[in-house]
Amino acid sequence: MVVSLSDYLILSSIVFCIGLVGIFVNRTNIITLLMCVELILVAVNTNFIAFSYFLENESGQIFVFFILTVAAAEVAIGLAILTLLFRNKGSISVDVTNSLKG
Amino acid sequence: MTNPYSFDIASLSVAIPEIFLLSAIVVILLIDLFLTQPFKQVTYYLTQLSLLITAILAFNLIGQPDTIIFSDSFILDKLAAVFKVLMLGAAMVAMVYTRHYLIQHSLFRGEYFILVLLAMLGMMVMVSGYSLLTLYLGLEILSLSLYTLIAIARKRSNAIEAALKYFVLGAIASGLLLYGMSMVYGISGSLNIGEIAQFSSATNLGGREALIINFGLVFLVIGIAFKLGAVPFHMWVPDVYQGAPTATTMFIATVPKIAVVAMLVRILIDGLGAMQLDWQGLFVALSLLSIAIGSLAALMQTNIKRLLAYSTISHIGFIMLGFVTGVIAGYGAAVFYVLAYVIMSLAAFGVIILLNKKGFEAEQISDYKGLNKHAPWFALMLLIVMLSMAGVPPFIGFYAKFFILQQILSAGFVSIAIIAVIFAVISAYYYLKIIKTMYFDVPEEGNTFSISAPMDMQIILSINAVLILVVGLLPNQWLKLALSLF
Repeated sequence: MVVSLSDYLILSSIVFCIGLVGIFVNRTNIITLLMCVELILVAVNTNFIAFSYFLENESGQIFVFFILTVAAAEVAIGLAILTLLFRNKGSISVDVTNSLKG
Repeated sequence: MTNPYSFDIASLSVAIPEIFLLSAIVVILLIDLFLTQPFKQVTYYLTQLSLLITAILAFNLIGQPDTIIFSDSFILDKLAAVFKVLMLGAAMVAMVYTRHYLIQHSLFRGEYFILVLLAMLGMMVMVSGYSLLTLYLGLEILSLSLYTLIAIARKRSNAIEAALKYFVLGAIASGLLLYGMSMVYGISGSLNIGEIAQFSSATNLGGREALIINFGLVFLVIGIAFKLGAVPFHMWVPDVYQGAPTATTMFIATVPKIAVVAMLVRILIDGLGAMQLDWQGLFVALSLLSIAIGSLAALMQTNIKRLLAYSTISHIGFIMLGFVTGVIAGYGAAVFYVLAYVIMSLAAFGVIILLNKKGFEAEQISDYKGLNKHAPWFALMLLIVMLSMAGVPPFIGFYAKFFILQQILSAGFVSIAIIAVIFAVISAYYYLKIIKTMYFDVPEEGNTFSISAPMDMQIILSINAVLILVVGLLPNQWLKLALSLF
């Protein structure tokens, strides 16, 4: 069986949707939010690599390296904020982030 | 064939401001490490100095012919050079206010200024980005610095909550933007804005190609709308404005807006300008919703930072209306509006910061009761800002709205203009309410409004507020500058 470009695109759009829906329905743990953000980025990476391979154009793959680097930095900051949240509120549940509203 | 990865050393000269700023960041970071507490002010002065030198370097590049360097990924044109100078100028003013705030609330640390400089670097890369990769990297350098700038008040649970919300929603926005970029790359086969423009303006786009590029376009517009804070992607704006330390709120509210508008111009006008009719409809919906929600939700706010957040959302709606017109005159009006908005916001947050005292944030509107009795000069400053934001002539805010509406009408969108004007009138209510609170309400017991701000901040703030009036008296010069950028 030959894996075609559209198969990759369908896979990445499914992963993308899981990530996006996960952020909005998740009510329990903020670490899950970080995982969902990673899923979104992984979906984008899949897209770029698939396009890059089928277009025979390497700039998409270079883009992926940068996305991976940025994702690592992003998670570092996310976890740092999470630590601060735990220190201030004693919990990392999504429900504790409700004091700002109006 | 020439090696695509080689470049001419001489071409580096167009990136001099960025190169200088990056070196300055490294040097200041090192110097700050060795400074003991009484000398921490040195970091602040070095920051201002490097912002000033970078601004001068960027100013010297205005008027140079358009140059594209680094394998077609970095552009220097008039838009980039002028935006850089404006951003650096705004940042310098913001830093003067910031210093007072940080000292009052014991947040004065070298990292704060380093992070601001890093954010500036990200924004400068953004306005010069000529490939999707540079635009994305600039945006992320900016965003990551901003998350940290909010969380720097690490003992305030509101600030941490705001940082977390901004982080999660900002990450979603980046994800959506990237997904759109991957679609556009996949169909056009290039990350370069110029090549994308060539591809999208070709008249022989097949049905499938048109579909995929439209699909990507929707994601790009949503990502940009998230970053600008347009309704329905505005959820983070009020929370972040309220929760963040006021100095950070001021920074987020002003300088990054210029950079995001530049990114919008690069992607949607320089890159996908041929598809203007496709994104026009999205922009109409986004801008009308922003103007409506921004005006209505602000009516019931009691926290002035939250109120300014909703007011920002409605200003963003007006800025986006300028891009709906699809003509250069409209884009110029939008850039003029951004300029006006930045000057007004700086002055508004400047007054809020000015009234800060040790352990006291002038956050509630009721804190401004009777301000006129104790500090008539700064009550007048806030009066000018509020009237200007409400769109009263002869202030700059009036001309900003006027130019946008003029262009919208001449493009034939009469009903949009009428809706925008109606909501602008509604929004005047809450601006006038603040003026009423300052001038006619009796101050609360014990609130004496002792101004502890240093003289340099008072002077800069006064100049900033007077600028609202001065630019309002000579709007055509500024409009001409804005129009010359396209």
